[in-house]
Amino acid sequence: MSVQTASHPRSAGTGTSSPAKLRTTRLRSPRTGRRSRRSVALTLLMGLVLLYSLAPLFWLLVNATKTQDGLLNSFGLWFDADFALWDNIARTATYDGGIFLRWFANTVLYVVLGAGGATFLAVLGGYALAKFDFPGRKAVFAVVIGAVAIPGTALAVPTFLMFSQMGLTNTPWAVIIPSLISPFGLYLMWTFASEAIPTEIMESARIDGASEARTFFQVCLPLLTPGIVTVLLFTMVATWNNYFLPLIMLKNPDWYPLTLGLNAWNAQAATAGGEAIFNLVITGSLLTILPLIAAFLLLQRYWQSGLSAGSVKE
Amino acid sequence: MIKTLTRRGLLQSSAVAAALALGLTACGGGGNAAPQQTVNSDAVEQALQKGGKLTVWAWDQSLKKVAEGFEAKYPNVDVNLVNAGTGNDQYTALQNAISAGSGVPDVAQIEYYALPQFALSKSLADLGQFGAADLDGTFTAGPWSSVQAQGGVYGLPMDSGPMALFYNKELFDKHGIAVPTTWDEFLEAGRALKKADPKAYIANDTGDAGFTTSMIWQAGGKPYQVDGTNVGVNFSDEGSTKFAETWQKLIDEDLLAPISSWSDEWYKGLGNGTIATLSTGAWMPGNLVSGVADGAGKWRVAPLPQWEKGATSSSENGGSSLAIPAAGSQAALAYGFLKYSNVEEGVQTRIDGGAFPATSKDLASEKFQNTGFKYFGGQKANKIFAESAKNVPAGWSYLPFQVYANSIFNDTAGQAYVSGTKLKDGLTAWQKASVKYGTEQGFTVKE
Repeated sequence: MSVQTASHPRSAGTGTSSPAKLRTTRLRSPRTGRRSRRSVALTLLMGLVLLYSLAPLFWLLVNATKTQDGLLNSFGLWFDADFALWDNIARTATYDGGIFLRWFANTVLYVVLGAGGATFLAVLGGYALAKFDFPGRKAVFAVVIGAVAIPGTALAVPTFLMFSQMGLTNTPWAVIIPSLISPFGLYLMWTFASEAIPTEIMESARIDGASEARTFFQVCLPLLTPGIVTVLLFTMVATWNNYFLPLIMLKNPDWYPLTLGLNAWNAQAATAGGEAIFNLVITGSLLTILPLIAAFLLLQRYWQSGLSAGSVKE
Repeated sequence: MIKTLTRRGLLQSSAVAAALALGLTACGGGGNAAPQQTVNSDAVEQALQKGGKLTVWAWDQSLKKVAEGFEAKYPNVDVNLVNAGTGNDQYTALQNAISAGSGVPDVAQIEYYALPQFALSKSLADLGQFGAADLDGTFTAGPWSSVQAQGGVYGLPMDSGPMALFYNKELFDKHGIAVPTTWDEFLEAGRALKKADPKAYIANDTGDAGFTTSMIWQAGGKPYQVDGTNVGVNFSDEGSTKFAETWQKLIDEDLLAPISSWSDEWYKGLGNGTIATLSTGAWMPGNLVSGVADGAGKWRVAPLPQWEKGATSSSENGGSSLAIPAAGSQAALAYGFLKYSNVEEGVQTRIDGGAFPATSKDLASEKFQNTGFKYFGGQKANKIFAESAKNVPAGWSYLPFQVYANSIFNDTAGQAYVSGTKLKDGLTAWQKASVKYGTEQGFTVKE
């Protein structure tokens, strides 16, 4: 959800629509020092939204500290007498031969190659579409806009059949290659690049004798940082949470990402003779979201600098 | 890492996935006709000696040890045991692999209710070519009839789920309620329990296709008639009516806890006295031990209540077979594994791992029958289970599209549990929806 809300300031900053711009101004007014009388109501509303967003996290945190027994026999929104978080973490990491760590490493692999690659391609493509005039640009635009509208889930089965013929299913490539494509990221980079890079800078770089590659990497890329970070966050979240694609592509638990692995652990409680390990599923879920939270905290400053960069330019 | 037999798989999996799997069945089934070679048991022995790499898709955890034993006995064989998902997830994956024509495993775990669907689409090899028909009598009647389809044998029974009544003795004793031996007494016990403790329920049920069909099976109903592609669906026979009438009373009087089986709430309810009984398969003890530690010593096992006083009829709930996908290229070797796992040494390995066997010999063995269950206060529960396995009415069959049918149970019959719909009307709606789907899939379906 935080990703969704994040996209609004971004597009507002790049000045794509005037209502968005108006809203931005209003939202920012408290920061400029003008105290607003509506702030109580707004604070209250924000508090509610905050509660709504944080309550599940709180639940997760609280329940990750409970044993399987405590989970069933204590109040859901407060801690049990028995604090078992460390034990849970240790058991999560070692259960079934430490498969959780393997899943964790797989997920990191998919994110680094998949989301990293998707961001790189989106930056290249968005830059080219924004800054170079070539025949067929309009057609590419139409295709990209169309592609944004198609959910990846709908493509998963056709992709499976294709990959299966190529013998790629049940390998990491089956998850990484489809993750490399991010039409929305491309679109975002395109709009961002056309706003953030003044054509004059590129021209002066060329006049100074810089090659196109150098112009891109040394002059334009730094200007694009806020946009890149945004796209990176988007694709990271998408790849980290990806469920349906790996579900279809992967059969071997050794290549599962965390999402599939945790689901398998959860399903175990519903099978005859299977051990119910809800406490490990919950602890595992907590461990799963930590890297995402860390990524947001670490990357958000680039993001804020991007916002202000946009406002100055306006 | 996961054990056998989901009963919930269908409830939780989305209708989309089920429809997807079946859509693929429809277009992919015809192209993969079973290679009709005749191989005898010598060929199986030769394949075992020659060896090779065997990919097995199963979620049953106890197979791990079986695979190790198998590899020790046949050192040239390398078993690659893969958990490709539990129940429905795995069927979707299997169907996808069969349609795509690559990545198909040599052996797959398939639950009894899902087997006809794979058998009819010719996705599985007929084990008759290896002489599987000679195994008649090796397995108890219920599982053995479950692996027969189209005049062939399409899997070897791995485990079984003869039903019994698990009950919280402590709760019954506390309120002075007798353990029911008929379903009418069950209803009475439910009323008495509710009166004594408004928070306690005689059982939990939010609508479960597998349970419903098992109950109708016990009542002697035969709602499904299958002869090749000619299929009959009819929930107005006597057995179905008996079930619907009794269960309607339980629903109307709010005697069933609105808790779905296998949820965390369910595990909790079994432990804290909210749910007093559980009518399910003999594979349940393992789950109670690991999931409901609180209930240790409180629970006992009794024969399944009867529809008629003094009768001994039982039913099957759950259970899996191991089958050989037709697209695999090592059918003889795969059959060697099936036999080791489900007929020979593997059976004991799995019993030791807590599984409930399907082989008559093991069910009758003294050691098995005299095993005391600490969880049930030392009760020799296997005696009840083994007796139950003998008393499963013959002639039951599942639909060749049961996976889909079960997936729409909660949209039709399941409505009776959550709205004013009568269970009888709900079953009729389920029947109509099943007939419609079957007809669309090219079956000749009559009601």
